[in-house]
Amino acid sequence: MAALLEVSGLSLSFGGLRVLNGVDLAVGKGAIASLIGPNGAGKTSVFNCLTGFYRPSSGSIRLAGRRINGLAPHRITRLGMARTFQNLRLFRELSAIENVMAGRHCRTRAGALDAILETPRHRREERAIRAQAERWLAFVGIPEVSEQMAGTLPYGHQRRVEWARALATEPSLLLLDEPGAGLNSAEKADLVGLVRRVRDELDVSVLLIEHDMGLVMQVSEHITVLDYGRKIAEGNAAAVQSDPRVIEAYLGREEDAL
Amino acid sequence: MSEAAVRLGRPGWSIRRALGVVVLLAALAAVPGFANNYYLEVLSEAWFYVLLCLGLNIVVGFAGLLDLGYAAFFAVGAYTAGIVTLRLGLSFWLSLPISVVAASIAGVIIGGPTLRLRSDYLAIVTLGFGEMVRISVRNLAVTGGASGLVGIERPTLFGYHLDSIGAYYYVFLLLAVLGVVASHRLENSRIGRAWKYVRSDEDAARAMGINHAMVKLAAYILGAIFAAIGGCFYAAKMTAISPETFTFNQSLLILLGVVLGGRGKIPGVILGALVIVIFPELFRDVGSMRMLVFAISLLLIMLFRPAGIWPEKWR
Repeated sequence: MAALLEVSGLSLSFGGLRVLNGVDLAVGKGAIASLIGPNGAGKTSVFNCLTGFYRPSSGSIRLAGRRINGLAPHRITRLGMARTFQNLRLFRELSAIENVMAGRHCRTRAGALDAILETPRHRREERAIRAQAERWLAFVGIPEVSEQMAGTLPYGHQRRVEWARALATEPSLLLLDEPGAGLNSAEKADLVGLVRRVRDELDVSVLLIEHDMGLVMQVSEHITVLDYGRKIAEGNAAAVQSDPRVIEAYLGREEDAL
Repeated sequence: MSEAAVRLGRPGWSIRRALGVVVLLAALAAVPGFANNYYLEVLSEAWFYVLLCLGLNIVVGFAGLLDLGYAAFFAVGAYTAGIVTLRLGLSFWLSLPISVVAASIAGVIIGGPTLRLRSDYLAIVTLGFGEMVRISVRNLAVTGGASGLVGIERPTLFGYHLDSIGAYYYVFLLLAVLGVVASHRLENSRIGRAWKYVRSDEDAARAMGINHAMVKLAAYILGAIFAAIGGCFYAAKMTAISPETFTFNQSLLILLGVVLGGRGKIPGVILGALVIVIFPELFRDVGSMRMLVFAISLLLIMLFRPAGIWPEKWR
């Protein structure tokens, strides 16, 4: 399986604090991979480096063979990496459909002059943007909320709007930052189905950060474990679960526990 | 929203509403038939401020950026018209495209350095920019120094010399209508949505592939163009312009119209512009106290309607 995302030697420092220390990570084409680790291990920092919000101090990030570190977030999104946020970052005062339409921005072209003159190109594009946004809301299972203000939707629906918005950018890799946070068990079961549909039906690879181990073990084919900014283990669910370093990172050493 | 409304790009646009607009425009167009020069003068100024407020609304309302130096763009337009006609001896109509270019450059000059700034810092820089432009035109020879430019020739359109207040009533009414249409179309377009995304959550917008710097620059440039085109016709109407028209107070007055009416909401902004022009006129009888009465009314409005008289629904 060719790697879609290849990260090698990724390091990040804030002042004197080393947040990431030579992290290697790969996500294969068509894979569902997870990044796990205790609180403060640096998972979200990895995401922020990948998506261009943080500039790593060293290391390389390649998406489909192309080096993307140092690029601005909007350019990385255009190259095919989309994300959701740990704490929902919807445009709360805009409708659900307008939120999803944001994802189409980087795949469309009409400018201010097209808009003012209402050129045929602009009208065609507007129609397509709305139709596609509606399709993405339907894909995540909430077509009925499209005109409702995003901030007023139930939490689980807001999460889905974020998914739809990210998928609307037509990514090849979708990064999900704690997609299960705040969801009940029924919603988490739906989430597993949705992750698989994204990969199987859309052919989009998925990398997720998650705290719910049940969910991680159920959905991921490859797991990378971080602790204190270093990779301490990787492999499939069974291998990671039985790795003594992982157990130590999560539960502490046996003598500590006593 | 129905498919037809989407195609028109006008959400909620019904036949009844279209009819209402036609009747309103016909009524406004009929005004010079019976109104005296005083009313025409006040209303022309009102239409002019509608255009300015709509332009500033792109920056302040749609994109959520503060701008305390907006009069500078108005000055760019007015002085471009003055220089093009008086100094270069060219047709007034040439000043329109030239002022659009000049305003775009001015928009980039003010927008570029301020892209990383937020709220209070942005306010200070834009205020400084406004003063810089005013002080520059006050001291340059080409802009006529403190006395400004006098004797700007009034333009001719299809053989009709625009030299009466009635003519300028129509000019500014037309500009205001064009401003409304352009604002409305921008608001419901890809770029208009991008302004709202950036206003709502800049990082989330960037993660969606939106170049926030370009989007903000576009807001400054488009806002500047509104003011510059208005400024050209202002110069033509007044035939004389001086730096003291483009003070900080002028910027503040335009901002007041936007905030008072309801930033981000086009009908609100129109209302705000009308209020700032017509209110002081209504209180003329109060004599020297009229600005005090005006100020108290503004305070009351902001106290009871903090988001503006006619706000965008979410604020």
